[in-house]
Amino acid sequence: MLTVLFDGIASGGLLFLLALGLSITLGIMNFVNLAHGAFAMLGGYVAVVLLNRWGVPFLYCLPVAFVVPALAGLVLERTIYARLYNANPLDQVLFTIGIVFASMATASYFMGSQHQIIQLPPFLQGQYHVMAGFDVGIYRLFLLGFCGLIALFLHLVLMRTRFGSRLRAAVDNGRIAQGLGINVNRLFAITFAMGSGLAGLGGALGIEILNLDPVFPVKFLVYFLIVVAVGGTGTVGGPLAAALILGIFDVAGKYYVSQIGAFVIYAVMVIMLIWRPQGLFGRRAVD
Amino acid sequence: MTMDHKLRYAPEVDRLKATASWRLSEVGFWLLTIAAYFLLPRQLVLLSRVAVMGLFALSLDLILGYAGIISLGHAAFFGLGGYAAGILAQHGWGEPLSGLVVAGMIAALLGFATSFLVLRGSDLTRLMVTLGICLMLFEVANKLRSLTGGTDGLQGVSLWPILGIWSFDLYGRTAYGYSIIVLFLIFLLVRRVIHSPYGLALRGIKENQRRMHALGTPVARRLVVAYTMAAGLAGVAGALLTQTTQFVSLDVLSFEKSAEVLLIVVLGGSGTLYGGLIGSLALIVAQYLLSGISPEYWQFWIGIAFIALVFLARGGLMGLARGALALLHARWHGSEIPSGG
Amino acid sequence: MIRLSFRLLWVALAVGVLMSTNVFAQQPLKIGLILPMTGPMASTGRQVSAAVKLYIAEHGDVVAGRKIEVLLRDDTNAPETTKRFAQELVTNDHAEILAGFGLTPLAFAAAPIATAAKVPMIIMSAGTLIIPEKSPYILRTSFTLPQNTAPIAAWAPKHDIKKVFTLVTDYAPGIDSETTFKRVFTANGGQIVGEARVPAQNPDYAPFIQRAKDAKPDALFVFVPSGEGAAVMKQFAERGLARAGIKLIGPGDVTDDDILDSMGDAAIGTITSHFYSAAHPSAQNKAYVAAFEKANPGMRPNFMSVGGWDGMELIYEVLKKNNGSTDGDKFVAVAKGLSWASPRGKVTIDPRTRDIIQDVYMREVKRVGGHLYSVEFDRIPEVRPDGTY
Repeated sequence: MLTVLFDGIASGGLLFLLALGLSITLGIMNFVNLAHGAFAMLGGYVAVVLLNRWGVPFLYCLPVAFVVPALAGLVLERTIYARLYNANPLDQVLFTIGIVFASMATASYFMGSQHQIIQLPPFLQGQYHVMAGFDVGIYRLFLLGFCGLIALFLHLVLMRTRFGSRLRAAVDNGRIAQGLGINVNRLFAITFAMGSGLAGLGGALGIEILNLDPVFPVKFLVYFLIVVAVGGTGTVGGPLAAALILGIFDVAGKYYVSQIGAFVIYAVMVIMLIWRPQGLFGRRAVD
Repeated sequence: MTMDHKLRYAPEVDRLKATASWRLSEVGFWLLTIAAYFLLPRQLVLLSRVAVMGLFALSLDLILGYAGIISLGHAAFFGLGGYAAGILAQHGWGEPLSGLVVAGMIAALLGFATSFLVLRGSDLTRLMVTLGICLMLFEVANKLRSLTGGTDGLQGVSLWPILGIWSFDLYGRTAYGYSIIVLFLIFLLVRRVIHSPYGLALRGIKENQRRMHALGTPVARRLVVAYTMAAGLAGVAGALLTQTTQFVSLDVLSFEKSAEVLLIVVLGGSGTLYGGLIGSLALIVAQYLLSGISPEYWQFWIGIAFIALVFLARGGLMGLARGALALLHARWHGSEIPSGG
Repeated sequence: MIRLSFRLLWVALAVGVLMSTNVFAQQPLKIGLILPMTGPMASTGRQVSAAVKLYIAEHGDVVAGRKIEVLLRDDTNAPETTKRFAQELVTNDHAEILAGFGLTPLAFAAAPIATAAKVPMIIMSAGTLIIPEKSPYILRTSFTLPQNTAPIAAWAPKHDIKKVFTLVTDYAPGIDSETTFKRVFTANGGQIVGEARVPAQNPDYAPFIQRAKDAKPDALFVFVPSGEGAAVMKQFAERGLARAGIKLIGPGDVTDDDILDSMGDAAIGTITSHFYSAAHPSAQNKAYVAAFEKANPGMRPNFMSVGGWDGMELIYEVLKKNNGSTDGDKFVAVAKGLSWASPRGKVTIDPRTRDIIQDVYMREVKRVGGHLYSVEFDRIPEVRPDGTY
C-alpha cells in the first residue's frame, strides 16, 4: 500500500515538472500552448541520443535536455508565438496543433516509432526494501527528490527574487506591469523558454517511467491539461498539489480498482473542477 | 411614433434580414453536393464521411461559435449516439430513420444532464470538464464490453433499407445520399435557429455575458438549451456514421475524436455556419491525399499546413476566403486594400 | 482486291488473337495493403510493409503474367478508417486482394467488405482466433494467440513453475491468450494466483506489475501487443521481480525482435514460446534476416514481418496455380492445404479453418555475439490455430 502511495507521489512529481511550463504559459501569456508536450518530447529524445548514441552519462544528459528545448522555445517564441498573443484562442489552438503534428512526424522520421529504451546508471537502478509491502524504487526516489528540489527552487525564485515579483506582476495585470517599466516581452520570452526547458527535463526524466515515442505529446496532453486546470495558474503550489493528487489517484486507481482505473482520475478531476472552478490555488478570474 | 421607430432602426433590421437570406454562394455549395453524387461516383464513401463529420462539426459550432462554450468532449454525444444506433441495429431494429431519432434523443438527454456543469468556470475549466465527461464515458464503454464490444467494436450491425427502398451498398451511394440529406435538413434547422431571436441572444451571450444578464436574458436557460441541442445533433451525427459504415468502435468516444472535430471547426472558421462543413471537407480530403502520398509522414505536412493557414488568415478557411474576397473586391473596384484582420 | 482483303483478313485474325488472349494478363494486379503506419502500432505496419517490399524485390513483381502493384494505406489504427480504405480499395482502385490488418479490431472492421466484394483477404498480423470466421475469404499467414500460448502453458509446470500471475492487455488477443494459458496451465497441474488486464489505450504497467509481485508467484505470464514489451520489461526490472525469484514467461510478443536488443540485461533469461525468432538457425532465415537488415538499416525483422513475407508467398503461389485469376472462391479453394517453407519453418494453411498451422519453438533470451536474441531450444511441430498439437 505504501509502495503505491510512494509511486503515486513520484509520478505526481514528474507530472508537475512536465506541466508547470504549460501552467505558466497559460497564466502569463494567456496562450493555449497545446504543443507543450512537443518540447517535453524533444528533451526526451535529446537525452536518448546522448545516452544511447554518444554514451554520455545520464546525469549529464539532464542539463542538456533542459537547455535544448529551452533554446527551441526561446527561438519559436520570439519568431512565431509572439505574433499570436493577441489572436483568437481558437487560432492559437490550430497553430499549436500544427506544431504538434509536425513534431510528431519529425520525431517518427528521425527516431523511429518504437518506445525508446535507455539504460539507467547502476546507482539509479533497483529498489530499497524498507519493510514488508513497501519497496522504494531508487529511481523514483531520485525523481521525487529532484522534482521536490526544483519545486522549492522555483517557489523561491517566484517569491523571493525581483524576477519573480516581476513575473507575478505580469500575471496579475500585464498592462500595468508594462506601464511600470517591466519589459513584459523579455519576461514572456524567458518564462516560455524556462517552461519549455522544464518540460524537456521532465521528458528526459520520464523516459524510464512514461515511455517515450512520437505519440507522446498527444498521449499526455490530457494529463497536462488536468494538472493546469485543477492546479490553477500563477502559482507553483497549485500545479504541484494537483499533480500529486493526480499521480496518487492514478496509480492507486490502477492498482486497487484496475477495472476502472482511468475512470477514477477523470471523475476526481471533474469533481474538483466543479467544486473549485478556478483551480486549487488559483484566484477567481476578474471578468 | 411607430413611423419614427421604424425609420431609425431600419438599417439594422435590413442588415439582419440580409444575413439571414440565402446567398448565391450558399446555393452553389449545396448544388455542388448534389453534383458530387454524379461527378464523383467513386469517392462517395469518402464524401459520406465528410458529410457526417461536417454535421458533427456543425453541432459543435453551435455552442463554440455561437454560444461561446469551448468543449473538448463533444465526442461524448457523438459516440453515445453512435453506440445507441449501433446497439439498436445489432438487436434487430435496423430501421435507419428511427435509429437517428432515438440516438439524437439519448444524446440530447446526456447533454441536458451535463449542461449544468459547463455553465460555471473559465474557458479552461469548461474545456476540462467536458473532456472529463467524455473520457469517463469512454472508460465506461470500454468496460461494458458485452454491450459495446469493447476495443474490438460492435459486430453484426446491419441496417434495413431506408424507407424500404434504398439499401446500403458497397459503393456508398445510398450512404452518401442519406448523409447529405440529413445534413442539409439539420443545416436548415440550425440556420433558422441562428438567425432567430434566440440565436441572436446566444451570440450576445458569447460576446458579453454580463451585459446579457443586465438586459434580463435568462442566460443559463439559453445556454442549457443550446448545449442540449448541440448534444442531440452530435448524437445524430454519430448515429449517421454507425449506420453508413455498419460499424462502431471505441474511437467514436475518444479524446482524439473530440480534438478532431474541434480542429475541423477551427480550421474551417468558427461561427460561420459553413466553417464546420468546409473544415471537414478540407481536413478529411487533405488527410486522404497526403497519406496516399506519404503513408508514414503525412502528419508533418498537415501540421505545416495548419501553421501556414494561421499566418495567412485568422478565422480559419472561411476567414481566408473572406480575406481573399475582400482583396479581390478592393482590387476590382480600385479602392484601397482594407487593413486589419 | 483479293490481296487487300487477305491483308485485312490477316490483320483481323491478328487482332482477334490478341484480343482473345487473356486481356487480364496486361492489367496490373492491385493488392490493397492496409496497415497502421502511424500511431502506437506503427512498428507493426513498418515491419510488414518492409517485408512485403523485400519479397517483391527478391521475387520480381510479375506473377503468372500479371504485374503486381501494392497500394499501401495507413489506417492509423482506427477500425472505421480500415473499413473505409477496404471499401475504397475494392470499389475505387479495383484492388483484387486485401492484405495487412495490424490488429484484430481492424480485421473485424474490414471482413464484411471482403465478403461483399468476394475478395481474398490475407491477415498478415492480427492474432485473435476467431478472425477467419468473420468472412469466408479470409486467409491468415500470421499466427494465433492460442497457438503461441499453449506450448509455454504446458512447458511451465514441468519446469518448477507452479504458481503464475497472468497479465494481459485487455483486448481480444489478450483475452485469447489468457484463456488459453489458464486452460492449459491448470490442466497440467499449475495454479493461477492472480490475474490482471491492462487497458489497451495508454497502458501503464507499473501498478499491475507491482500487484503481480505482491502475489508472490513463481512466474509472471505476460501478453502485450508487439512493441509494448519494452515497457513491461522496464517495470519488471525496476520492481526487482527477477531478484524476488519471479520468472517472466509468455508468448514471444513480449520479446519482440524489433526492440529486444535494446531491452538490456533485464530481458536475459525470459522464456517464451513463439513461431518466429530472428535467430532461427535455418539457411533460409539467415538469408532473410540479412536481406531485411540490408534493405532496412537499423531494423531487425520480427514476427510481424514474416507474416507479411508469407502473405506474399501465399499470394504468389496461388496466383501461379490459378493463372493469375483472383476470383475469391477459387483463390481460397487453392490456398486451402497449401504448404511451403518459410523463414520461420514449415507452414500450412489449414483447410478447415483457413488459418495457419506452423511449428512453435520454446526460446530463451540470450546474448549472442553481443546482441540479444531469443534462442530456440525446443520445437513443437505443426501446432494448430486453436493451440492443440
